[in-house]
Amino acid sequence: MTLVKEAPVRPAGKRSAAPAPGRHGRRRENLAGYLFMSPWIAGFLLLTAGPMIASLYYAFTSYNLFTPPQWVGLDNFTTMFQDPRWQKSVEVTLKYVVVATPLKLLLALGVALLLAQKRRGQALYRAAFYMPSLIGASVSVGFVWRALFSDDAVVDRTQKVFGLDVGGWIGNPDYVLYALVALSIWQFGAPMVIFLAGLKQVPRELYEAAEVDGAGPFRRFWNITLPMISPVLFFNVLLESIHAFQVFGSAYVVSDTRCGPADATLVYTCYLYQKGFKEAQMGFASAMAWTLVIAVALVTAVLFWSQKKWVHYEEAAK
Amino acid sequence: MSSQVTTVATPVVRPATERRRIGSLAWHVGALLVLAVVLYPVIWVLGASFKPSKDIIASLDLLPTKPVWANFSGLADGISGISITSFFTNSLMYAGLAVVGVVISSSLTAYAFAKIRFAGRNLLFTLMIGTLLLPYHVLLIPQYVLFRNLGYIDTLVPLVAGKFLATEAFFVFLMVQFMRGLPRELDEAAKLDGCGHLRTYWSIVLPLSRPAIITSAIFTFINAWNDFMGPLIYLNTPSKYTVSLGLMMFRDQEGISNYGSMIAMSLVALVPVVAFFMAFQRYLIDGMATSGLK
Repeated sequence: MTLVKEAPVRPAGKRSAAPAPGRHGRRRENLAGYLFMSPWIAGFLLLTAGPMIASLYYAFTSYNLFTPPQWVGLDNFTTMFQDPRWQKSVEVTLKYVVVATPLKLLLALGVALLLAQKRRGQALYRAAFYMPSLIGASVSVGFVWRALFSDDAVVDRTQKVFGLDVGGWIGNPDYVLYALVALSIWQFGAPMVIFLAGLKQVPRELYEAAEVDGAGPFRRFWNITLPMISPVLFFNVLLESIHAFQVFGSAYVVSDTRCGPADATLVYTCYLYQKGFKEAQMGFASAMAWTLVIAVALVTAVLFWSQKKWVHYEEAAK
Repeated sequence: MSSQVTTVATPVVRPATERRRIGSLAWHVGALLVLAVVLYPVIWVLGASFKPSKDIIASLDLLPTKPVWANFSGLADGISGISITSFFTNSLMYAGLAVVGVVISSSLTAYAFAKIRFAGRNLLFTLMIGTLLLPYHVLLIPQYVLFRNLGYIDTLVPLVAGKFLATEAFFVFLMVQFMRGLPRELDEAAKLDGCGHLRTYWSIVLPLSRPAIITSAIFTFINAWNDFMGPLIYLNTPSKYTVSLGLMMFRDQEGISNYGSMIAMSLVALVPVVAFFMAFQRYLIDGMATSGLK
């Protein structure tokens, strides 16, 4: 920041907008821009746009990597829609997204409201609560989860004390998905940090004015906090649901490598992995991938459309 | 601010302080409760790695009654002839290359977006943000086909190529936001003093962007260290496996017999991530928070 002081003071207004670039200067700016951007442009063409087009083509072919792709029209899509395992994977994924995302965000918001109060140790709690978001995706934590939720382990035996015997988690097709949901909720720290940043920006005067008007804590939350942090809430809902659609590691590690038992944790990505990399059905897997992209795009579009109704943007801010 | 009020013990003040004290107590009880749930799995794995294999699942004690070192000494034998250090070296190499790639390519790209006015900048920026929301699945298969045709299967190239080509849009975005916040006068002054863009980037913008660069570097390291799907798809030879794959190999090949060592290795694998987190938690949390705000 010392640099700011040393910077020569120029007469304001006259030259502050940088020397107006002539045609020559503008061309040089363009060249510089594209040179600096060149890694990104190469990456975008080679690793994003190109592959997307290739994958769209593969989706209409039968392709096993060893012989050239054969055009099959809509076959992959019709087989996919009738495939009971594909249907199962859609069901499992939707259940995971719909259960895990709201619970995780609810906990994140609740704890953020708690931590928004200035009290001793607040920064330490914030750091500790954030840590699971960094280690939660590791195979290590997957193993820990598998151990904690296996038959006769801590979770199982603790709940039996309270008379809640569900018949185990990891080996139980009815409950194993909820062990994954629990792992997702455990990582509430990342959205919590974003909520906290949003809560800090709510002007204190609003609360003081509301208190003078006799609004209780619930009214203040509903009429001030919630509208004021709705952009942050929107961001979290969008990001967390898109992430939840893409879950893979925990299904593969916490349950078994076939995403069982009885396909109970056969999340979409897991089935895509099996089809593409275990059975070398690259065409079918690409059709699955594009179906997911369209589904995620639809969810995103609906969220963006709905935000007009519930997301409150401060007009003065921009 | 509450501690000083107590000395004024007039009856009028008491209900307020009383209420404040109860509120404070409730706050700490709530926070500690959440803390217990959050930390339980971490303390569990710490305790479990010092328990005999047969006790790990069966015993409900969080910490071992009599700590044993057998699980850690068992790691010295390696897994199916591969030494444990090999997995860690491979992971370190992957994560190290990823960090170098992301820092160089993302900062160059971010500089262009934040500091150079060139034709098509807004369109490219929109495209870049669009890739943030794109599910990576759609790239999984075509990228695999591409790297297979180029002969890079079973190498680190497919895992780090994208890092050197700024495909990690999140970090580009983070750095753009940061660089836009730097005072404009600085690079205008540099320009008037005859600095070209390369010079301005290298000696002014890059040093000032250190917080955003550190945040991106640490996140990249942690993501690469934890990465499971990438190595699973691209690496086939056990001697090239990263820690994630080594752990999976442990589970598949040694199974129950060496359960304790598997848990011990899980603990060791967490150490770098937790250490980085403790050293840089401010950068990480602030980086997360700003990315969500604007």
